[in-house]
Amino acid sequence: MEYSTQELMIIAAAREIRDRELVFVGMRLPITAYGVARLTHAPDAVGLFEGGVARYAPADETLYTMCDPANQLNAAWTTGLLQIMGQLQRGIVDAGFIGGAEIDRFGNINTSYIGGYEGYKIKLPGSGGAADIAAMAKRLIAIMNHEKHRLVERVGYVTSPGYLTGGDARAKLGLGGGPSAVITDRCILRPHGDRHELHVSSIHPGHTFAEIQENTGWDVKPAPDMGETSVPTAIEIAALRRVDKDGFWR
Amino acid sequence: MGVSKLIDLETAIASHVHDGDSVVLGAGLETAIPFCATHELIRQGKRRLNMVAPISDASTDMLIGAGCVAEVTGAWVGNVSGGLGHNYRRAAEKGVPNTIRVHDHSNFSLGMALLAGGYGMPYAPLRSLLGSDILKSNPEFQTAENPFAPGERIVLAPPIKPDLAIFCVQRADAGGNSHYWGSSGVMQEAAFAAERIILIADEIVDAQIIASDPSRCLIPGFRVTAVCHVQGGCHPAPLTGRWKRDNSFFNDYHARTRDPDGFGDWLQEWVLDCADHAAYRAKLRTKVDDLRITGEALAAPANYAAD
Repeated sequence: MEYSTQELMIIAAAREIRDRELVFVGMRLPITAYGVARLTHAPDAVGLFEGGVARYAPADETLYTMCDPANQLNAAWTTGLLQIMGQLQRGIVDAGFIGGAEIDRFGNINTSYIGGYEGYKIKLPGSGGAADIAAMAKRLIAIMNHEKHRLVERVGYVTSPGYLTGGDARAKLGLGGGPSAVITDRCILRPHGDRHELHVSSIHPGHTFAEIQENTGWDVKPAPDMGETSVPTAIEIAALRRVDKDGFWR
Repeated sequence: MGVSKLIDLETAIASHVHDGDSVVLGAGLETAIPFCATHELIRQGKRRLNMVAPISDASTDMLIGAGCVAEVTGAWVGNVSGGLGHNYRRAAEKGVPNTIRVHDHSNFSLGMALLAGGYGMPYAPLRSLLGSDILKSNPEFQTAENPFAPGERIVLAPPIKPDLAIFCVQRADAGGNSHYWGSSGVMQEAAFAAERIILIADEIVDAQIIASDPSRCLIPGFRVTAVCHVQGGCHPAPLTGRWKRDNSFFNDYHARTRDPDGFGDWLQEWVLDCADHAAYRAKLRTKVDDLRITGEALAAPANYAAD
């Protein structure tokens, strides 16, 4: 069955959502993944949007932002940001999706300053809710394009904390959770071992470990059980085509 | 309903916004952003503003480009459709048109700081931001030990009390009582925290309509300073039940503002050449009708009868 790289990433992201979970969904690729998960293995997942929306079924039309009128119609709850993000601080949000300009070997994400905050070269838009989701969700799933300047040894600014300097650095601050998966257009990375360093967990069909090494800014290692990312099933593709009616991701 | 607070937008901005004020211009993140007020602030040449909001879509980027802004207290500044905000980058990276001071926040920390401001709390304690460099680039935060859980680190955010907050609501009466529905970001916290509040009402209705459903009131009328009647004042942002998002307008803004000259042309066409919001609407021509929500998905009535 034919599928695009982005469709594979969406389906990989959908597989990270478990049934009955509370999930910070975000826009674009993750919201499509949420729709696929609801139609396949997670029919009772609940989607949270930080602008102040909770939904069961995703909106019927393509959204430009989480606050679009179509996302308000038939929502489970329309409310404020603190009411939604307060669920995070309460410790009951299972997973959250975020993107980023830069991620490092310990899953720290920068969406603020390229080149550190003193004497930076580029000012990016900033955290939005990403720092909160990264700190307080039980699992964080990052979605990025796999390029050497994006997957770096050490981010110049930690907007959203991963495992910080590795090992128990995150736990020592009192933070639970942490990144559980980084889905790129070449592979899926996951933290491995006591240091929580990102290792290649599965390689997307058509890509090689050597190519991933070449496009990663640190000496990335394979997880002991590294395999190939499962190709989308007919059921997953059918669900995706139902969610992505306009074929935006094809 | 009390004394009428209904005035026109030009008068409201002229009377209630002062150079150097801290201003919340919509706090719905991507919905109900009062862009009509953004434009009027620019036309009146307001200066040295501190723009406070987690996210106000492209509104802050426009004000920065027009030279109205000295400080930004926010979690995300850009253009939600286009990603980056070119004016924000130029100001932060090169001091064009002027340098700006950025007070970095996350969405949650800014909401909590407004909550503290709105409820008179001495500070807001947070579990977020631990491990984030936001604590380094914004030294206004402190970390402390939780006095009720020895050994537990928490973050303390100082309260934020903006001078002024401006909000779009679907309907209001002339006394400043209003209904708002749909997701609201940190509108209520910002309203409680602000010294003055200007409501931009998409529709002015009879006081009895508002009184018939007091649970739909997000911002109590007794806190409201002024009400302005501006239909579609949120354009290009959406407003639940009234206006769709004009996504192509945001994309066009993104494409045209890549360099300062392009922004200057855009500003001339869409803000400076328009005497007021009516002129802006006229320029949108038939697009206004395309963006108007005409469908009906009415809520069930709620009974408030007392006996």
